Amino acid sequence: MTTHTLSVRLENRPGALARVSQLFSRRGYNIQSLAVGTTERPDISRLTLRVDCSEQSLEQIEKQMHKLVNVLRVTELRPDDSLERELALITVAVPPDKRADLVALSQVAGAVVADVGRDAITFEVVGRPSELEAFEELVRPYGVRELVRTGRIGLRRPSRNERN
Amino acid sequence: MLGSDAILRSLEAEGVDVAFGIPGGAVLPTYDAIARGTSVRHVLARHEQGAGHMAEGYARASGKVGVAIATSGPGATNLVTAIADAWMDSTPLVCITGQVRADLIGTDAFQEIDITGITMPVVKHSWLVQDVEELPSVLKAAFHVARTGRQGPVLVDVAKDVQEAELDFSYPVDVDLPGWRPPSKVHPRQVREAALAIHAAERPIVYAGGGVLNADACAELRALVDAAQLPAVVTLMGKGCLPDSHPLNYGAPGMHGSKYANWALNKADLVIAVGARFDDRVTGRLSAFAPGAKVIHFDIDAAEVGKIRHAEIPVVGPLKLGLAQLAAEVSAVAADGAPDRGPWLRRLDDWRERFPFRYAKGDGVLKPQTALEALRDTAASLEEDVVWTTGVGQHQMWAMQYLVCDRPRSFITSGGLGTMGYGLPAAIGAKAARPDATVVCVDGDGCFQMTCQELATAALERLPVVAVVLNNGWLGMVRQWQEMFYDERFAQTHLTNAVPDYAQLAEAYGAAGFTVESEDQLEDALAGAFAAGRTAVVDVRCDPTEKCFPMVPAGAAAVDVLEAPVEEAVA
Repeated sequence: MTTHTLSVRLENRPGALARVSQLFSRRGYNIQSLAVGTTERPDISRLTLRVDCSEQSLEQIEKQMHKLVNVLRVTELRPDDSLERELALITVAVPPDKRADLVALSQVAGAVVADVGRDAITFEVVGRPSELEAFEELVRPYGVRELVRTGRIGLRRPSRNERN
Repeated sequence: MLGSDAILRSLEAEGVDVAFGIPGGAVLPTYDAIARGTSVRHVLARHEQGAGHMAEGYARASGKVGVAIATSGPGATNLVTAIADAWMDSTPLVCITGQVRADLIGTDAFQEIDITGITMPVVKHSWLVQDVEELPSVLKAAFHVARTGRQGPVLVDVAKDVQEAELDFSYPVDVDLPGWRPPSKVHPRQVREAALAIHAAERPIVYAGGGVLNADACAELRALVDAAQLPAVVTLMGKGCLPDSHPLNYGAPGMHGSKYANWALNKADLVIAVGARFDDRVTGRLSAFAPGAKVIHFDIDAAEVGKIRHAEIPVVGPLKLGLAQLAAEVSAVAADGAPDRGPWLRRLDDWRERFPFRYAKGDGVLKPQTALEALRDTAASLEEDVVWTTGVGQHQMWAMQYLVCDRPRSFITSGGLGTMGYGLPAAIGAKAARPDATVVCVDGDGCFQMTCQELATAALERLPVVAVVLNNGWLGMVRQWQEMFYDERFAQTHLTNAVPDYAQLAEAYGAAGFTVESEDQLEDALAGAFAAGRTAVVDVRCDPTEKCFPMVPAGAAAVDVLEAPVEEAVA
């Protein structure tokens, strides 16, 4: 079992996302994360899915997804060939006297202050999933109050496309 | 034109001659359009499940897309079993359901149900139509998706106000489905590899399934079998795709298939799967299935190839084309001398001779197998086009074993879903598709009671069928499992063979009723039923203790198939 990232071009129609997620639950595949959004064309959405499965199951998943009428294309994003990004919002508890320390720390880590409250700051972090995790670890000692991640999105690197 | 009329004009444009259904509130405008006039014959069922199975029987008997129509809510949910059945057996179906008005959708309105949501796992695709302008293109797409690629059911849910809305109707010529691209050809290199493997094999076996019938590739399969002298086993769903009386047809493998068919797969060095999906009822324990064989897997559905069993040579594409190309390629490869299949075929023939289907004729107790033999002989003497349908259970397995089907689309049964109650409505649908055929439903008493209200449909719509109920008074297959695997604790399987009285029930519906209590009454009753000129029910009271053999117990290796006990068996 390894984690694979799939990129799915999907017709932007009512129920299309439900058909994909239904297929995953129905066939017993476990989705780790799913991000969906618009693309360069308003009638097409792109899904980025993270699944835990064997190579053989992955092939099954791809084939089953291709049978969905709303699915236009399924490609696996291999780490070497693709760009992956994710966004997290993290609210960290911090008393006023430690605020400056925390902000300095976050700037080093590339996070942006999104909102400041009396006893907490919300940071916005964009980056590779590993960078998000590193930032989370960094601020954990202060006390993470709330955290939300978008789930990763990905694209094939054009530089790899050229070489292939 | 109104949306409701547009539905009928679309069905007509698709060449639909019969649709099956029941009206109701949310689909009333469409029935009003039927009243205004259409060339589509509407067959009024008594339950939407019946309408769905009729549409399936129609599709299986004709090769065309079956159409079922129901109202919203319970009408639609009653269709679900038939849709699931069509999904499992790849039967092309367009189901049209009425839906509440668009402004009520999502409010839990009267008879509102999310039928596109409920059916999502068991349709190829579905549409909820809330804009009348979309109706023609949706129906065009629905028929296209149902019949192309691997066939199957689709659902079109139409809001009531859409049926009542005005549009300028024109039926589209093309479909606009960028995400639906079933394969249209096979890869020549894969066909070449398959031909080389067949040429090199010492013990090849074709394993043909229902996909051959769906693909209308029976002639191509037969040409391949004849050209390469390939022995074949044919699944329950494929029965009739290669004539049962063809000497190279070794019948059905699987849980209640013959010992020789199971052994043939077990000893083969090459399995050529064609439109079959390695169902667990065929393979038995997978690790012990065809253990020494390489696999060539022909299928229109890429997702079936490698799903259960790894295929060394996958061939994805339309079977009709693929098999024709394979036959040509096999002949080309064998130009310098065909391989000698003699020793392998002699082994298979020896097994077929040594391990025929067998049962013990009781002392005065009528055995269900005897009834099927009589039925087979009666049908053979008719020299007519005979279409068989069945329910699910022991009678179905005996029908598979004993009936002889030499023509495609002459054996119609519920395989994947195993839907009890399928037989009678499927027979009515088959009769609507092929009015000149004699249509016979072989049923069990448990199955028959699940959809016997459709006797009214058969009688009143003048779609006469013969239903032969092998009445053992039990849920026979469940009883068999209770006897063999649950220490004879017969929990809730006894139905009694007297209630209802099936002959009287038949008469109540305007059909002819016959009761058979002993072997000597069989011939006359069957002859009477076939000659009745109206729907007939033959209640065949038979041995409740008879078990269906051979049998591969669930989870066992198919090679270890159990035969009818020798001491009581008569070859």
